[in-house]
Formats: sequence, structure tokens, C-alpha cells
Amino acid sequence: MWKWLHPYANPEVSYHFVGKLLPWISKITMALLAIGIVWALVFAPADYQQGDSFRIFYIHVPTAILSMSIYVAMASAAFCSLVWQFRLADASAAAMAPVGAVITAIALFTGAAWGKPMWGTWWIWDARLTSELVLLFLYLGVIALHNAFEDKNLAGKAAGILSLVGVVNIPIIKYSVEWWNTLHQGATVSKMSAPSMSMDMFWPFVICFLGIAMLVTFVICIRFRTEILSRNGMRPWVRALITAEGTK
Amino acid sequence: MQFESISAFLDMGGYAFFVWLSYGVSAFLLVALVYSSQSNHKKVKNKIAQRLQREIKLRKAAEKSLAAAEQTDGNTSVVPELSKNSKKVVS
Repeated sequence: MWKWLHPYANPEVSYHFVGKLLPWISKITMALLAIGIVWALVFAPADYQQGDSFRIFYIHVPTAILSMSIYVAMASAAFCSLVWQFRLADASAAAMAPVGAVITAIALFTGAAWGKPMWGTWWIWDARLTSELVLLFLYLGVIALHNAFEDKNLAGKAAGILSLVGVVNIPIIKYSVEWWNTLHQGATVSKMSAPSMSMDMFWPFVICFLGIAMLVTFVICIRFRTEILSRNGMRPWVRALITAEGTK
Repeated sequence: MQFESISAFLDMGGYAFFVWLSYGVSAFLLVALVYSSQSNHKKVKNKIAQRLQREIKLRKAAEKSLAAAEQTDGNTSVVPELSKNSKKVVS
């Protein structure tokens, strides 16, 4: 396995490999999002209690799940970079942080816009909401540290340590609805058990989730390539690449 | 199809403001993220290209001044001459 993986630790190989994937990822993303959003807005049934406000669910839950997944991915990359000095792992962690921050902001915002008609308030200092807000601040802290140092290795180390410490927040978010009495409802969709929702709501949710996940992948790939270029700006292969593109 | 008319669709069963606000803000943020990531990629490429061009310019200027120095006097003090001349050429 390591023999097969090894060439991808080379920035030039990864740059071109991800570049080849990008058009496919963008096509799949657009198809999934188009189907998912139309399904969620037009064809999915309204909830018998919440009416059409339930349609916010199709953005809120995917972004909330992804906000945590991206964080775990970023922290894992930071771990690899800190322990084994994988430069590319650090570049990918730096690429993930801004995407995670935007996804977390969307989860929080759509949650507020759903909470207002359902709970009667935009915001409440409830365990789930507060821990998700802490997640947003962790992302912002990681982004700030990545930009705080001229030396990218030093910046990656500082940001990596912060993201590893912040992992403690992930189980708190996940189990907050079980550990504390909160206004926020428990998990509707779970990997382990059959979903506690009807199938004509479950499938549009799956499509929306995959669509947003692919969009996240797309943006992370773009940012990953940018990070590779800016960290290897003086390498001969980057010079050759830029000169070749400039003369086109 | 859950809605009988376009206006019913736009009304979202009375939750129009919240539903469209959520979808609108999410779409705006995601589009902005994609756009800024793509333009940032181009910006980084342009920066590297500029640096390369500056390097080529400097190298050419250095070569020119070296040639000039060799022509004017064949004495041993080529190095200080070079640094003086190359400054002039660059500015």
C-alpha cells in the first residue's frame, strides 16, 4: 500500500492528479446539487408538524454533519503533518480550514433561520448550538494561525496543534443532544439504525448530502492545488508549469 | 410535485421568508467560496509568473552590465563595477 501511495506524496504528482480529477468532481457536484435541491424544494413532502419550513433540513443537516467531518479530516491531516512531517498533509489541512468555516457558518445560519419559526428564537445558548459556534471559532483560529507566520512550516505546526486540541469539541457537539437537555432535537439520520424518517424525505436528503459533500471536495481540491503552488513557487516544475501556461 | 401553483411554491406554506433566506444565504456563501478559491488560485499563479519575469529581467540586466564592464576596461576590478552598473540598469 505504501509503495502505491508514495508517489502521491510528491507535490508535482498530486498537483496534476487533483487537476485531472477536478472537471469530473465539478460535473458530479452540479448534477447532484441540481437534482437534490429541486427534489428538496419541490418534490419532497412537507412535514406534518413543521410544514414547508422542514425544507431547511436539506441544507442544515448535511452542512452540520460535514462541518464535523471536515474538522476531523483537517485534524487527521494536521496529525500526519506534525508526526511524520508530510508537507502535503499540511497543505491539505490549510486547504480544508476555510471550507470548513464556511460550511459551519451555513449550518449555524440555517439552524437560526429554522429555529426562529419552530422555536420562536433565532439563537439560544443551548449545548448543541454553543458547541457548534465554538467549532466555527476553532476554524477561524486555525485559519488565522495559518496566515500568521511567514514561514509556512511554523504556521502549519501552530495551526496543527490548535486543530488537534480542538478535536475534543467534536464528541461534545455530537453527543450534546444526549448529554444535556436541549431544545435541539436528536439525530434524525443515523448510520447504525434505519432512518427515523420516511423514505421520500430520506432520499432527497442523501442526494443533497452527497451534492454538498462533492462541492466541499471540489473547493478543497482547488485550494489544495493553490497551497501546493504557493509553497513550491521556486521549484523547477512550478517554473516550467507557469512559463508554459503564460505562453499559451 | 408538492405545490399546486408557482405562488404556492414561492409562499412555502407561509414559511417563505425563512426557507428562501436559508437557501439564498447558503447559495451565496457557497458560490462566494468557489469563486474566491478559483480567483485565489489565479492570483497565486500570477504572482509566481511576475516573480519569474522579474528574475529574467534581472538576469538579463546583469549579463548586459557584465558585458559592458568587460568592454570598457579589462582590468581586475570587475566585481564592484558590475554591482554599480547593474544598479543603474535596474533603476
